[in-house]
Parts: sequence; C-alpha cells; structure tokens
Amino acid sequence: MKHLLAIEQLSREEIEAILDRAESFAEVGRRDIKKVPTLRGRTVVTLFYESSTRTSSSFELAAKRLSADLVSVKAAGSSVDKGESLKDTVATLSAYDPAAIVIRHPYAGAAQMVAEWTEAAVVNAGDGKHEHPSQALLDVYTLRRRLGSLEGTRIWIVGDVLHSRVARSNLIAFQRMGAEVTVCGPPTLIPRGIEELGCEVSYSLERLGEAEVVYALRMQRERMNESFVPSLREYAASFQIDTRRLNPRQLLMHPGPVNRGVELSGEAIDSPQSLIAEQVAAGLVVRMAILYELLAGGERPAPLAKGDGTAEATPIGQPA
Amino acid sequence: MSPTAALDVRPGEDANVILRRVTVLDPVAGIEGVHDIVIRDGRIAELAPPGDGAADGAETIEAEGMHAFPAFFDPHVHLRTPGHEHKEDVATGTRAAAAGGYCGILAMANTEPPVSTAADIAALRERARADASVPVGFLATVTRAMKGEELTEMVELREAGAIGFSDDGLPITSARVMLRALQYQRLCGGTIALHEEDPQLSGDGVMHEGPVSAALGLAGVPAVSESTMIARDAALAAYEDARIHVQHLSAAQSVDVVRAAKAAGVRISAEASPHHLCLTDEAVRSLDPQRFKMNPPLRGEADRQALIAALRDGTIECVATDHAPHQAEEKEVPFEQAAMGVTGLETAFAALHTELVLPGTIELGLLVERLAGGAAPFGIERPTLTPGSEANVVLCDLGAEWTVGEDGYESRSQNSWCAGRTLTGRVMVTVAAGQVAFRLRSFSLGVAA
Repeated sequence: MKHLLAIEQLSREEIEAILDRAESFAEVGRRDIKKVPTLRGRTVVTLFYESSTRTSSSFELAAKRLSADLVSVKAAGSSVDKGESLKDTVATLSAYDPAAIVIRHPYAGAAQMVAEWTEAAVVNAGDGKHEHPSQALLDVYTLRRRLGSLEGTRIWIVGDVLHSRVARSNLIAFQRMGAEVTVCGPPTLIPRGIEELGCEVSYSLERLGEAEVVYALRMQRERMNESFVPSLREYAASFQIDTRRLNPRQLLMHPGPVNRGVELSGEAIDSPQSLIAEQVAAGLVVRMAILYELLAGGERPAPLAKGDGTAEATPIGQPA
Repeated sequence: MSPTAALDVRPGEDANVILRRVTVLDPVAGIEGVHDIVIRDGRIAELAPPGDGAADGAETIEAEGMHAFPAFFDPHVHLRTPGHEHKEDVATGTRAAAAGGYCGILAMANTEPPVSTAADIAALRERARADASVPVGFLATVTRAMKGEELTEMVELREAGAIGFSDDGLPITSARVMLRALQYQRLCGGTIALHEEDPQLSGDGVMHEGPVSAALGLAGVPAVSESTMIARDAALAAYEDARIHVQHLSAAQSVDVVRAAKAAGVRISAEASPHHLCLTDEAVRSLDPQRFKMNPPLRGEADRQALIAALRDGTIECVATDHAPHQAEEKEVPFEQAAMGVTGLETAFAALHTELVLPGTIELGLLVERLAGGAAPFGIERPTLTPGSEANVVLCDLGAEWTVGEDGYESRSQNSWCAGRTLTGRVMVTVAAGQVAFRLRSFSLGVAA
C-alpha cells in the first residue's frame, strides 16, 4: 500500500492488517516509554486546510510516537493565505523529502491529486465530503475490539449523511468487514442514490431497535439556513439519539465533536454503552498503524505474546 | 446564399483541388458513392466518375478509401475573446475548428466583458476577417452584461451582424425578462440560444446528482434543474411564437420536454455535445476535473441513451461541442474548485465515430448529418456537397487511429475530454468557405503536374 486515499480502495485484508498492527501499538501504549524508533530520521508532514482537533493531534502524536520528524502546516497563516496553489504548496513541502504527507482539505479528491504530485506516501485525513479513511479504520478497530468481529453486525448511521465524509467512509468500511448498514435521516440529508452503495435507507428511527450499533453523525447548525431541516428542535425531536430511543444492548458511536442535545442527548453520550472515548483513544494507535503500514509495513505483525507484554515479542520497536 | 455568407473568415486563396476516388457521403443531398470531387475556384464544380476528374492546375489528392462529407458546423464554441485570450482566441479556436473538420462555428458571448454592444460585434468580426481559419459567427448576449435584468440593444446588435443571442454560461432566471426577449425577437430576429438551468436547483452542484455523486460526496446538479427550465421556456416560446434553441441537452427529462414541445409545434431546436453522448457520470469517479468537469454535468447511462435516441429521431438536430478551453492552473485543483468545461472541436468527429458509429449504435450518415446540423437552427444554410455549391468539405480517413494530445492541440488549451484516448477516424483535410483551411501535417499531398 503506497497511499491511504480512500477506504474504497482497501480490501478487507488490508483493513485487517492495519487493525492488527494497531493492536500491537495499543500494547506499546501501555509501556512507560510509549515511543518506538521505527521512523527515526524520516519526516512526516501534516497539511491541514481545515480546522481539526482530533485528527490533526492524533496524527501528530502518532508520528512522534514513531520517532519521525514532524512538520505541521496549517493553511491559515501559511503561504496558502497568500494564494499559493495546492500544487505549489505540495511541491514546496516535497522538497524536504518527507516520507509521508497527511492532508486534510475541504474538497474531494485533494489527497488523490497530492499523491500525483509528490514522491511521499499520502494519507487522506479528510477530503471534502468524500472520504475520511482513518476515521473509518479507527471506528472499525473500536468495534472489533468490543465485538470481536463485525460479520453480520447491524449498524445504523444516523443523521446528516449528505454532508458527511465519515458516513461515506464508514458505510464502505463497515460493509467490507461484513456488517449490514442502514443509513437514517431526513430525506433532505440522505443523498439520492446512496442505496447503490449497498446500504438500506430509512427516514425514521422507528426500527432503530434492529441496530446493534448506532453511529450518530454531527448535525451542523448552518444546515438550518439551507432548508435541509426546519429547525434543530424538530430535527432533535425526530432524529436525536437519547436513552429512551437507545436500548441498553446497543452500542453508541460518534465521530466528534458532538453537539450535545442535538444529535445526541447528554445522557446518551455519558451512558456506559457509549464508545466515544474509546474511539478517540483508538485514533492514536490506528493512525500509528497507518503510518507504519505505509512507511515501514509490508509484513503482518507477529502475534502478541499473551500476558507478558514484552517489547521483544513483536517487530515493533526494531529500527525500520 | 452559402452557409458562410453571414460569417467572417480571413480571405485566402480559392481552393482548386481534386479529391480522387473518394467515398462521398452527403445524406441530406442524397449523395453516396465513389467519385472525384472537383473543387474549382472554391466551388464544387462536379462529382466526376472516379479517376475522371480534371482541372487545370488543381492539386490532386489521392483519396481512395477515404471519405468526404459536407464539412461540419458547430453552433456552440467559446473563443474566449475578448478577455481570456490566454485560454483561446479567434486564431487558435478557428484552427482547432479547421482541424476538426468544421466549415463554420458560432462563438458564444460570455467573454470578459460579454459581447453586448454593436461595437463588440464589429470588433470581433474585424478580428475574424484577420485571423479566422474557418468562418465564424458571433452571438451577442440577451441581457446586458449577462446579468439577466435588462435586454441588450438587440436590433442594433443584429444590424451589426450578431447571428443570434445567448447568455450561455448562465440561464436567464427571470421568466419576465425571458418573455420580453422572446417578444422583442419579432423586431430583431435571431435565434435565442438557451443555457437551461435553474440555479436554485443546481445550487453548488458540481456533477450529476445520482449514485455516483452520493458515493463521491460531491454536491449534485439534479436533472430537473435543466428540464424544468426548458419546460418554462418552451411554454414561453409557444406563447410568443418565438424561435429558441436549447443548448447542450444532458438529461432524459430534457429530451422528453423538447420532444413534446416539438410535437406541439413550438419553434424549438436542440443540440447535444459529444461528451454527453459518449460519457456518463461514471467517468467522474476518477475525480479528474481536466476531462470530466463541465456544465451541464455528465449524467447517467439512461440519460446518455435518451440523448442518442433523440439524435436518431431528430429531437436533437445537431451536435455542438461546447468547446470550452481552460488553462491548466484552472483545472489542476480539486474537482469542486476546478473551472467547468472541456474542449471538443478537434475530436468531435473522431470521438463520435469511435464511440457511436463503430460499435453500430448510430449510422455514419446520421453522424454526418448531425455534425452539420448546427447551421439551420440559426438560419444558416446547411453545408452540402451538391455541385455548384461553395466548397465546404471534410476529408476523413475512417481507419486512421490516433491518440488525442500526443501531437499537441491546435487549441491554446489542453482540457480535452478525450485526452489520452485512442480514437479511430481522423480529419485529413478541411475545405471551408472555398479555402483549404486544414491539412493534417503528416498527410502528404500529391500535386498534379
């Protein structure tokens, strides 16, 4: 795997390889010294054209944990403000001979274009409303840890599917791992033709009880102005996931940041069935695994030696 | 009157050429067979029996196995002049047209500033008489500065030589302004060509709304954005008995509306572009804006099939390229940010021959007829091979394979939707308005002693 541009391009085996690698990094995270020398002397560039907390911080920390040199570029305050094109910015950063460029961009296909302009491995950290593959991988990782397997698991993705790259990547990733996916939301926020991606479509939460996993999406306030929904109040009345609608056996997920009281009730967020904090934790190890697979990977990690937790039990920790 | 009388071209030498043993096909004139086409002093002197054609001092082209058709007419070209000469100008755009086998093109008015005054038309016509390789006509905008609010001085524009009117690039959103333009047409004549799109429905869409846009997370332009506006304007044209031409039809719903309007006697004509006839939104999965971002967008396979059916039954009477040159920096950006439009003049015949004729989807004769069908909707006589007519002839080698772009382009821009494709069928020589406008560089010509 040269780049991580879209979940669409990954096979189930490739997804599993990254998740297995992430498992071994979870072990590293339990050590006193959480850093491994794998990417020592190599450079990782993060290039963010959109604001981000979780994704940017976890990619940056992942690169540091792997001992890479890190260059973080945010569009605001950079030459992008002076009108430099994406192509020229990438050419400039490529002059540092980075091993990887992690890019978030407000428009679809940006990461793919960058991959054509640089020798570095390119990681798509979100391109417009298209894909967010590292989010999908960490969500699959989180669920796999909890459920063992996603095979046959019924997952409902609820909310603003139209404007969500997370919905698209997760829909593909969940299905590729064997889950059955239903997308649910008001008809104005469900893209026409989405069912051709193999999912079911529901315009009400009536059958939410069928779901084993409920994945709620962020509802952006600006959608009201564009007549997608009449009001947040009406949206919440019809589509908010609360403890009344959620049954205790269901797992709840959300990519963050949450609008408390809109797509999720406060009780639901704080309930024991919520995996939201686990998702954030998974973000770090999965992003370490992504960088590792692209820059040092190729072989599957050896199975973990159960219990003893010694670093020597895995290839992790060896210089690449 | 010849097809090119109302158009402007750089004056040149009248052609004296014999196309020997060429397979001639002009379905509208009922000409089909192997002849020597004798072009004398820029006119088709005769269709002589093969090998018999003779003319003193004429250049003889051994064209056995090749085909001659009436040269093509494109009613929808962006020459980008004035204002965007870095993308195209009259010289490069008409060279591209000549290379594509065209004997006439109509240039759109959405330049910078838009072509809105008699002086603009006069200046462009003068430029064409200096630089144009093939005859070109200019449309003027319907509304001042294309704002959709006030009509241009349509009578004066017509007197200055505007072939017709179009705000192409933008729809005329106000039904009231549209109605006024159609009423005023009684005074000035000139077909009004319409870019049909409801901006409220298109929103920030960048591709066809459907399963592919859903998969890519790109905002969609629904098919009804086009068809509802056509329905409105067909009703207004019927009400005023006005003459309208619908540009770049893309959707099945639009075809239905045009077909119904024609059946009801509305004076409406329609065009489709080669890219809409050959491609679907599946191509957009590549997220390549250079080749696949345009307005209207590439639509679904059912839409493409509806366009082909309409081309067959005459609901769509002509192919128009909507040749829209852009420079690389406007296309080397993510899909949503990229400029809309692709070039098409140099590849229209070859692409449609490869994609529709060779697989047997449409007959060669139908393609030839539709490629020259863009003249009549603007009151211009259709190019013909009938002896006695002005010579407007394209010589094609239907077996020649070539890869688009490998030898560069005549156009100043490279955003061809065919870039990198290998096409079968190539224009070898174009005679436009009685002058040799193009010959393929690699095609050596034998000159009679």
